[in-house]
Amino acid sequence: MLLEIKDLKVKAEDKQILKGLNLSVNPGEVHAIMGPNGSGKSTLARALSGHPGYEVNGGSVTFDGRDLLAMSPEERACEGVFMAFQYPVEIPGVNNAYFLKAALNAVRKHKGLQELDAVEFMQLIKSKAKLLEMDQAMLSRSVNEGFSGGEKKRNEIFQMAVLEPRLAILDETDSGLDIDALKIVANGVNALRAKDRAMIVVTHYQRLLDYIVPDFVHVLSGGQIIRSGGKELALELEAKGYR
Amino acid sequence: MSTSTDTIEQLANAEYKYGFTTDVEADTFEPGLNEDVVRRLSAIKHEPEWLLEFRLKAFRAWQKMTEPTWHNLKIEKTDYQALSYYSAPKKKPALKSMDEVDPEVRKTFEKLGIPLIEQQFLAGVAVDAVFDSVSVATTFREKLGQLGIIFCSFSEAVKDHPELVKQYLGSVVPYTDNFYATLNSAVFSDGSFVYIPKGVRCPMELSTYFRINAKNTGQFERTLIVADEGAYVSYLEGCTAPMRDENQLHAAVVELVALDGATIKYSTIQNWYPGDKNGKGGIYNFVTKRGIAHANAKITWTQVETGSAITWKYPSCILQGDNSIGEFYSVATVNNYQQADTGTKMIHLGKNTRSTIVSKGISAGRGQNTYRGAVKIAKNAKGARNYSQCDSLLIGDRCGAHTFPYLEIKNTSAKVEHEASTSKIGEDQIFYCRQRGISSEDAVNMIVSGFCKDVFRELPMEFAVEAQKLLSISLEGSVG
Ligand SMILES: Nc1ncnc2c1ncn2[C@@H]1O[C@H](COP(=O)(O)OP(=O)(O)OP(=O)(O)O)[C@@H](O)[C@H]1O
Ligand SMILES: [Mg+2]
Repeated sequence: MLLEIKDLKVKAEDKQILKGLNLSVNPGEVHAIMGPNGSGKSTLARALSGHPGYEVNGGSVTFDGRDLLAMSPEERACEGVFMAFQYPVEIPGVNNAYFLKAALNAVRKHKGLQELDAVEFMQLIKSKAKLLEMDQAMLSRSVNEGFSGGEKKRNEIFQMAVLEPRLAILDETDSGLDIDALKIVANGVNALRAKDRAMIVVTHYQRLLDYIVPDFVHVLSGGQIIRSGGKELALELEAKGYR
Repeated sequence: MSTSTDTIEQLANAEYKYGFTTDVEADTFEPGLNEDVVRRLSAIKHEPEWLLEFRLKAFRAWQKMTEPTWHNLKIEKTDYQALSYYSAPKKKPALKSMDEVDPEVRKTFEKLGIPLIEQQFLAGVAVDAVFDSVSVATTFREKLGQLGIIFCSFSEAVKDHPELVKQYLGSVVPYTDNFYATLNSAVFSDGSFVYIPKGVRCPMELSTYFRINAKNTGQFERTLIVADEGAYVSYLEGCTAPMRDENQLHAAVVELVALDGATIKYSTIQNWYPGDKNGKGGIYNFVTKRGIAHANAKITWTQVETGSAITWKYPSCILQGDNSIGEFYSVATVNNYQQADTGTKMIHLGKNTRSTIVSKGISAGRGQNTYRGAVKIAKNAKGARNYSQCDSLLIGDRCGAHTFPYLEIKNTSAKVEHEASTSKIGEDQIFYCRQRGISSEDAVNMIVSGFCKDVFRELPMEFAVEAQKLLSISLEGSVG
């Protein structure tokens, strides 16, 4: 098992958001998480990536047999946990390609691999940029600064393509994407599906799951997973809603 | 990223890296300041009568002056009678090579990571190292001499080139200029002198490392750089100081003269001891730097200020000649209890004069950072233009950034643009970086260097690298 979440309880600013969540993810699997607004989906993503504003006050999370909760956010990232943000952050003045090179080299260093030099890195990101049909100009702009909503989301998946995580948590990556962009990004995600890589895809819409077909669908509500099923569950939810 | 990571690891908890003192027998005056001290100082240096006169006039003017209070700084009162006004290494050898330098001094340089010899050969930098008040090592002089370039200590210039010193000393910063400059004019100890003859392009960066050493000794450096018509010179000044408990006063004066068509680039990295985490100790840095640009001349000040407990400094340009250009690029960082009040003055006198100001202030901890800049456009400065950009970056919420731009425009054809911004390194930005594998400190460094890149671009390559390192050291521990 790659990820095992047991009875996870998370709170932020005195609000208990996750109230005993269980989820097991094997390598190669894609899990979709759906659920009403405010049910705790992003909170789960943040807790898994170690956001300092979220306090875990119960339960356990093991990642590849190790205690994920004991690791710092950067250590989790280096171990291969990637989160595509629901609201990607702008970092003015920091070049997008430079940022990604720093990230990739941090991960490589952690793995005991040699850091890539500028030439090797540029070659790598060129091929990944092609995968996501990213405009070259976006690579030399500041991280997410002035990017449109859709461009930001695409940039997240581009980063994932470069960093090649073992566990990718995509938080509403589809929101803000136009129809064509959705296809491109979904194709990019599908290209990254692999035997040794798992994904947790948070979404509100079946539309995305038409492209990224999940192995499992879960409903998160009131801080817990209240239902799980196969890909048909998403269709049912689409038709009937959460109640 | 790896270099900055390494740097941080090396320097984590290292406190002030350059905080050590050297045991060199010093020849030091008793504390106190009066006319007699000024005379003794002049005599010990075998100065000509006119220079003693200059000092005495300055001293008399200084006695009637008071410290400026218009700045945005909280300063503990300095007892000028408690300071000693002269200190020199006792064994002052006539040096032919580095081997002859006092081993203690050489060790100091080594600890500072300034491999003099390596620099001479590898970087092609002529180093005039100032150890305390007296120069102990001057290199490359012969090579420069072949081009007619003079690069020597101020005292040597007084001996060997008195006519040049006499002509230009005080011509840009008059001895009556301000409290600190006037004090400097009375008691300056030593410093550097540069003269580049007509049409000569100085083939290497001229570099001086300053170091404050002997205890309780205020340092009063005096630098004079004259670029004759059509000449070019790039001058680098870098400073470090040992850790001290008491506040140490530093009041330097730098004068630049760029004659018709000349270019002077003056770059500074200032890394004096900033005091400890609680604001104890640290250097008081009150500097007067000014250049005068004649017709078609250009003066560029670039500074990276990371050190000192207090920085009071406004490198300025008098754009006297038509078509002359003045530039000021500055990064000023304050952390813990540091205070900086810095900026520039661009004084447009000639026609079609142009100036550019790019100021980047970084505040962390409880640091207070003030940008103070003046752009003056005189009545006859037809077609003058200025562009100013002042950006502040805050790290944490206990620090402060303040901007005071002053404008005085007396010619309606002038064009003046001013842009300003304040931003904060947000927790969200740090988390975003960490989620990608980048540590908090690296994230801050990355954001800070992005913020400063317009200034770093102006620095000579090896200096830019140094500057980046210093920034990361001075911001260490600024995020939790
Ligand atoms: N840092 C925080 N401080 C206080 N409350 C928070 C914090 N983060 C989340 N919450 C609250 O916790 C609940 C869950 O938020 P979360 O963002 O996880 O929802 P979500 O399932 O991702 O919703 P959406 O579908 O709208 O994205 C919400 O009521 C939210 O207001
Ligand atoms: Mg959400």
